[in-house]
Amino acid sequence: MISPGIVTVSYIAATILFILALGGLSNQETARRGNWYGISGMAIALLATVFGVVTQNYVELMAALVIGGSIGILLAKRVQMTEMPELVAILHSLVGLAAVMVGYANFMDSSVHFEGVELTIHDVETYLGILIGAVTFSGSVIAFGKLSGKIGGKPMTLPGRHLFNLGLLIAAFWFCREFVIQSAAGDGMTPLIIMTVIALVFGIHMVMAIGGADMPVVVSMLNSYSGWAASATGFMLNNDLLIVTGALVGSSGAILSYIMCRAMNRKFLSVIAGGFGTGGGTTAKVGGEDQGEVVPIDAEETAALLANAKEVMIIPGYGMAVAQAQHIVYEITSALRKKGVNVRFGIHPVAGRMPGHMNVLLAEAKVPYDIVFEMDEINEDFPDVDVSVVIGANDIVNPSALDEPDSPIAGMPVLECWKGTTSIVLKRSMATGYAGVQNPLFFKENTRMLFGDAKDTLDAVFKAL
Amino acid sequence: MKIGVPKEIHTGERRVATTPDVVTQLKKLGFDVAVEAGAGAAANYSDEAYEAAGCEIVASRKDIWKHSDIILKVRAPDAKEREWLQSGQTLISFLWPAQNPDLLKELTDCGVTAMAMDYIPRISRAQKMDALSSMANIGGYRAVVEAAQHFGRFFTGQITAAGKVPPAKVLVIGAGVAGLAAIGAAKSMGAIVRSFDTRPEVKEQIESMDAEFLLLDFEDEDGSGEGGYAKVMSEEFIKAEMALFAEQAKDVDIIITTALIPGKPAPRLITAEMVESMKDGSVIVDLAAEQGGNCELTEPEKVVVKHGVTVIGYTDLPSRMAAQASQLYGTNLRHLLTDMTPEKDGNIVVDFDDEVVRGATVCKDGETTWPPPPPKLTAAPKKAEPEPAPVVVEKKKSAAGPVIAAAIGGLALLGLGAVAPPSFMAHFTVFVLACFVGYMVIWNVSPALHTPLMSVTNAISSIIVIGALIQISSADNMIKWIAVFTLLITSINIAGGFAVTRRMLEMFRK
Repeated sequence: MISPGIVTVSYIAATILFILALGGLSNQETARRGNWYGISGMAIALLATVFGVVTQNYVELMAALVIGGSIGILLAKRVQMTEMPELVAILHSLVGLAAVMVGYANFMDSSVHFEGVELTIHDVETYLGILIGAVTFSGSVIAFGKLSGKIGGKPMTLPGRHLFNLGLLIAAFWFCREFVIQSAAGDGMTPLIIMTVIALVFGIHMVMAIGGADMPVVVSMLNSYSGWAASATGFMLNNDLLIVTGALVGSSGAILSYIMCRAMNRKFLSVIAGGFGTGGGTTAKVGGEDQGEVVPIDAEETAALLANAKEVMIIPGYGMAVAQAQHIVYEITSALRKKGVNVRFGIHPVAGRMPGHMNVLLAEAKVPYDIVFEMDEINEDFPDVDVSVVIGANDIVNPSALDEPDSPIAGMPVLECWKGTTSIVLKRSMATGYAGVQNPLFFKENTRMLFGDAKDTLDAVFKAL
Repeated sequence: MKIGVPKEIHTGERRVATTPDVVTQLKKLGFDVAVEAGAGAAANYSDEAYEAAGCEIVASRKDIWKHSDIILKVRAPDAKEREWLQSGQTLISFLWPAQNPDLLKELTDCGVTAMAMDYIPRISRAQKMDALSSMANIGGYRAVVEAAQHFGRFFTGQITAAGKVPPAKVLVIGAGVAGLAAIGAAKSMGAIVRSFDTRPEVKEQIESMDAEFLLLDFEDEDGSGEGGYAKVMSEEFIKAEMALFAEQAKDVDIIITTALIPGKPAPRLITAEMVESMKDGSVIVDLAAEQGGNCELTEPEKVVVKHGVTVIGYTDLPSRMAAQASQLYGTNLRHLLTDMTPEKDGNIVVDFDDEVVRGATVCKDGETTWPPPPPKLTAAPKKAEPEPAPVVVEKKKSAAGPVIAAAIGGLALLGLGAVAPPSFMAHFTVFVLACFVGYMVIWNVSPALHTPLMSVTNAISSIIVIGALIQISSADNMIKWIAVFTLLITSINIAGGFAVTRRMLEMFRK
C-alpha cells in the first residue's frame, strides 16, 4: 500500500506521459516514442492505482487484467490493416461500455455520501458519464457494423429524424431532472435506466443516419466521445487523472473530426445530422446530364503508359482497401522506381473510411512514407504528372466539386488529377461514389478507364511491366 | 491484299519503305508483302532478311508495280513508275502535292488512291504515323553529326594536360522536331546549345532539352501558324530577328538552321555578311536547303566552304541514315495501315470519316481530294485564354455569432461558478486546461498519422479503468463484479489499442 501522495504524483507523471504521447504522435519521427510514452503512462497509472487504492480482490483483478490484456493483444495481432477502422470502432465501444458500468457501480455504491449541491452535481456527473458512455457504446457498435459491412453503408434517414433526436434530447434532460430529484430521496434507478435506453437509441440512430463517406468523421467523433465519457467519469469519481486524460482524448478527437470536416468542406453539424449521400433530390440535377463516353484501357496499355512516364501519381481510395490491392500497388511502385520513374502517392484527407486510412495501408505494404504526400502538398504538381493512377477513388477526384456549384460536394477540395497528361481510373463499374455524384473525370478526354477488381487488374499490369 | 515495295530509284535515295521487322507486323494484319530484289540493300536490309520475314522477293520492278494492290514508297513515283500505275491501286508515299501539281493531276487521272505521308494531319492520334516528324528527327540528329565531321574541334569542353578546350557553341534556329533533335544531339555531345524560334510556346520545349532559349527583344508576336507550324512574321520582327542572328553569328561555332514555313520558300535568315563574320572553321548546316535554304550561301546537296565557313546543304540527311530512317518510316506506314485495316483481314478501308485518312488522301477514284479540310485541332493551343478570375462569393460570417456564443458560454460558466462547490471548480479548472492542452498538442498532427493517433487516444481513454479499480475493492459483491467486468473490457482496450498502434507505427518507414 502506497500513500495517497505517491498515487497523486504517479497520476501527474501519467498525465504528462499521455500529453507527450499525443504530442509524439503528431510526427512520423517521434510517433513510436509517443506510443511508448502512452504505454508507460498507462502502466504507471495502473500500478499506482492497484497498489494505492485497491485493498482487496486482487485475484479477480489480476485475472481480469490478464484475460483482457491477452484478448487485446490477440486482436491487435490478428487484425488486417484493412480492418483497422472496424477495430478502432469496436474498441471505442468498450470504453463507452466501461463508462456506463463504472457509472452504475458508482451510483449503487452506498459508501460515499454527498449532501445538497454536491449531491446534485455528483448526480449530474454520474448521469452525464452514463449518457455519453451509452451513446459511445451503441454508436460505436453501429459504426463497427457499418464499417465491417454487417450493416449497409447507406444512411438510414427516418422521416422527421431531427425531431426524433430533439425529442430524445428533451427526454434525456427531463429524466436528468427526475433522476436528481429521486436520487436526493435515495432512489433514482428507474430514470437512470430509462435514460440509458434513450442514450443507446440515440447512439444507434445517430450513426445509422450517417453515410459511408462520412465514416472518418464518425470514427473520430466517437473517439472524442469516449474521451468525454472518461472525463465525466473522472468528475464523478473526483479523479483528476481521468478528467485530464478524458479531456485530452475528447478534444483531440473533436479536432480530428473538425479536420476531417474541413477536408470535405462540410459543416460538422451537417455531418452529424446525417443523411448525406442518399442519392436523392440533391443529385438529380447532375445525374441527368449526358456525360459522353468513357475510354477504356487494358492492363498492358496501362503498363506501357506507366513504363514510359516520368512522373506517376497514384491516388488510392477506399477501393484499394476493399480489394486489398496495397501490396501489388507497392510492387508496381518499386518496379517503376527501379526504372527511374518518379512515383508518388497523393492522399486525400478523407480517402478511406478512417482518418489516415490510406497511409496505414500503404505503410503496411512498405511504401516509404517520404513518397506519400498530402493533397495540399502535391495538388499543384499535377500539370507535370504524366500518368495519374486513381485506384478505387471517386469523389476525391471529382472535378465537379470545383466546377459545379450545384454539386453536393461543391467546394470540397479534390485531387486535381485531370490536370496531368493522362489519368487512369481503376474501377469496378461506372457506379457513383458514396456522395452519389456522377464524376465528370471519367469522361474527360485524357482519362482512361481500367475496369475490374483493383487487385486483379493491377496484378495484370504488374505482369505486363 | 498484296503490298508491293519497289526499290527507290531516285538518285542517292537509300531508304526503303519497309523493313523485315515491319513486314512481320504487316503480315499479322493479313497482308501479303512483295519486295523488289535489292530494295533494302542500300539501307542494309538484305533480301534474305525480307524473305525470312515472309516476303516474296520479286526480281522485276514492273511486276511489283503491276501486281500489287498497295504500293509503299518513300519518294513520289517518277514518270516511268507512274506509267505502271493502274486504277484501283493504292499508293502511299511522300507526294508533296503542293509542289507537284502535275504529279497530283496524273495520279488523279489514272484512278489510283494516293495517300501523301506528308499530309498526315498533326493531331495527337496521328503522331505514330507522322513520317515528317520521324524524318525530321533523323535529319536533326544527322545535321549535328555532319557538323561534327566538318568542325575541326571537340564539341565538349575539356581540360587536358595539353591545355583547356572550350566547348563548342551551337545555335539551332527553328525548334521544330528537327531542331529539337539537333539540340538533343549537340547537347549530348557536350556543346553549349542556344536556340531560337518564332513560336513562343516552344520556349519550354527548348528549355526542357537543357538548351538556352534566345529571347527576342520584341513585343509579342505569335509565330504559330496552322497545325503547329511556323508562319511568316512581320517585317519589324524579322529585322529584330536578323539583328539577333548577326550578333550570335560572331559568337557561335556551329549554326543549324531548320526554319521552314509550309508551302513557302525557306526564310533567308543567315546572310553572306553573317557567314563572313563567323570564325574560320565554323560550320553551318542548312536543313532547309531543299526549299532554297535559310542561309544565303547554301548550295543544295553540296558542301561548300565560303569565307572559311563550311556550309552544308545536304537535302538527303534522312537517307544518309537509311537503316534508321527506313525503320521509322516503315513503322509510320504500318501504323497508318493498321488504322485503315479495322478488321485485320488484310483489306484496307479508305474511310473519309477518319480525319487522318481524309487528310492524307490526295486523290481517290479519279477525283482530286487535296487540299483536305483544315484539321480540327492545332498541335498547340493558339493562345491560352486568360482564365476569368473565379468569382469568390464568400458569406461574411456574422460577427455577432461568436460574440453571442462567448457571452452565453461566459454566463453559463458564471452560473456554474456561483452554485458549484470549490472542489468541483478545482476539477473543472483542470478539465478546461486539459482541453486546451489537447487542442494545442493535436492541432499540428500530420494527417498520415491520424489512424495511429486515434488508436493511441483510444487506448489512453481506457484510463477509465481507474474507475473500475477504485470500485473493485467494494464490499458489495454486485459492484465488485461489475468492476471486474469493466476491468476486463478496458484491459482489452488498453492492450489492443497500444499493440495495434505499435504495429502500425512499425510499418511506417522511410
